[in-house]
Amino acid sequence: MSLQEKLILFLDMTANKFSLILCSLLLAGSVQAQLQIEIIDGIEGALPIAVVPFAVQAGNEPPDTEIASVIAADLQRSGLFDPMAVENMIDRPQRPPEVRFGTWRLLNVDYVAMGRIVTAPDGVNTEIEYHLVSVHDRRTLFSRAIPAAPGEYRLRAHQIADAIYEELTGIPGAFATRMAYVKVRNAGTGNEQFELIVADSDGFNPQTIVRHSEPILSPNWSPDGRRLAYVSFATGKSNIVIQDIFTGQREVISAERGINGAPSFSPDGRYLAMSLSRTGNSEIWLRDLSTGRMQQLTNHWGIDTEPAWSPDSREVLFTSDRAGRPQIYRVRPDGSNLERVTQEGRYNSRVSVDPLSGQLAMVHGDGTLFRIAILDRETMRLRVLSPGRMDESPSFAPNGSMVLYATREGERGVLSAVSADGRFRQRLVLTDGDVREPAWSPRIQ
Amino acid sequence: MKVAARLGLILIMSLVLAACARDTRDDTDTQPPTPTPPPSVDVDTDRVDPNDFADSRNLDNPQSLLSQREIYFDFDRSDVQARFVPVIEAHAAYMRANPSARVLLEGHADERGSREYNLGLGERRGNSVQDLTRAGGAGSNQLEVVSYGEERPVCRQSSDNCWERNRRVEIVYTAR
Repeated sequence: MSLQEKLILFLDMTANKFSLILCSLLLAGSVQAQLQIEIIDGIEGALPIAVVPFAVQAGNEPPDTEIASVIAADLQRSGLFDPMAVENMIDRPQRPPEVRFGTWRLLNVDYVAMGRIVTAPDGVNTEIEYHLVSVHDRRTLFSRAIPAAPGEYRLRAHQIADAIYEELTGIPGAFATRMAYVKVRNAGTGNEQFELIVADSDGFNPQTIVRHSEPILSPNWSPDGRRLAYVSFATGKSNIVIQDIFTGQREVISAERGINGAPSFSPDGRYLAMSLSRTGNSEIWLRDLSTGRMQQLTNHWGIDTEPAWSPDSREVLFTSDRAGRPQIYRVRPDGSNLERVTQEGRYNSRVSVDPLSGQLAMVHGDGTLFRIAILDRETMRLRVLSPGRMDESPSFAPNGSMVLYATREGERGVLSAVSADGRFRQRLVLTDGDVREPAWSPRIQ
Repeated sequence: MKVAARLGLILIMSLVLAACARDTRDDTDTQPPTPTPPPSVDVDTDRVDPNDFADSRNLDNPQSLLSQREIYFDFDRSDVQARFVPVIEAHAAYMRANPSARVLLEGHADERGSREYNLGLGERRGNSVQDLTRAGGAGSNQLEVVSYGEERPVCRQSSDNCWERNRRVEIVYTAR
């Protein structure tokens, strides 16, 4: 893609975003309540960092977002960082030469992030300069700049947090991402409202993508982060829909007799895997997204559902109860090499694949408790991550650092996120309804 | 009257929505078939033989097996328990005697385990009831299975008692 094409695509997306915001304002009439994220368990030894409030160079408009506080909140939510409170900062450097290392050392701060909003070298546009220094080494780790414009400061702040996270952990950050989830109002009253919502990874900016009185479930992101596939019961029966989240354009991909469920895009964007019972029994099918050609991948009297892809798109993992109880299996997209993956436990289903390492998270049940577990690929043992009684729908962050899942508090549906090592947990709650079916987006380029 | 008002509302909403490329509300989509409500007149049970499974009045007669429309299942199971076989046979007899009758078999699961697997389980339960109903003489064209998985619970508590009530197939007459 040429630079010009990229630019046009970018402008196009910005225009679409604008119309999307306009339309949701017209339709919703009120602000959508956003998810509140609370940290439950912290990690001992989180890295002490100071994110100094960003300054604005004279002649530039102040940003619509407190950049430093978005960055600090991101880093804190990761569980790996312990950002210093702004009121404790006795010094506010804007550039590395202004950093007094001795002062920060006395304050027990290991890293200082700082920056400012400046006029870009073209003399017209605005950009954000940002820097990271190591207090111990008295060294600048990086100094960079990214373009910024009104309306995109939050995204830019998340991208800066991603850069800091990657510099200090060696793993790409996943803050400049989105999540999709289903919100249910009036659950259990016979007067339910189901909404498929897309929000930033910190819960901000929730946008309703589709709303209906019939169930919506199983949202799944396209690899470019532009589209969601999901299951809608809008007709009274299950249908698979693909919807462009920017234009709102919707296409019913499958409305066959029986179940049309569990859509899953392959990471290479070539296929949509799904579970259909058009033959009278749930089987895994692949749809070639460019030709529309359908291919049946499994053929067994058991329930075959919940397909998920390996990061290289060369393997489909799925749930099957062909051995009597649900367990995880895998098969190649040509139907060859079918084999059972999980051996331990009575109930293993709904696998999610770490997009970086390929490790597997799933619902693991013993008949009474259903929890999220990760399969250790070396020992082939399951490691339970979540403490709930009815945990479901695990979804890996695109950098594999956290697993987002649905759980229950009493009769209420809430979301939780747990670090992949199980040491750190957060809780995501809506003030006005149940939340379920979370899906973490790919990284936004 | 009500319908006209509703249509008017739908029309206005469509006009509003037409301005936007994106349609966030599709309440105007086809609603699912709803169960036929029981007739408001009381059934005179004295003159009805509750074991006459050809008589449509027995669908609302609490004395008759035809008034039972829920079949319950064990956890992660889809085989019909012996106690429900007579109920299914009664409905099969009714459908055989009333070829214009149409039935939707709604399969459901309790909330435990994953949603898509439960969709499969609900369908398999519906299929079990469908197989028995066909064996009892109902025509294939009279029956349809739809699974709602765990999405339409009748009971919301997380208890054994509640889960039992949610693991069910509902026999819904869309035409008597």
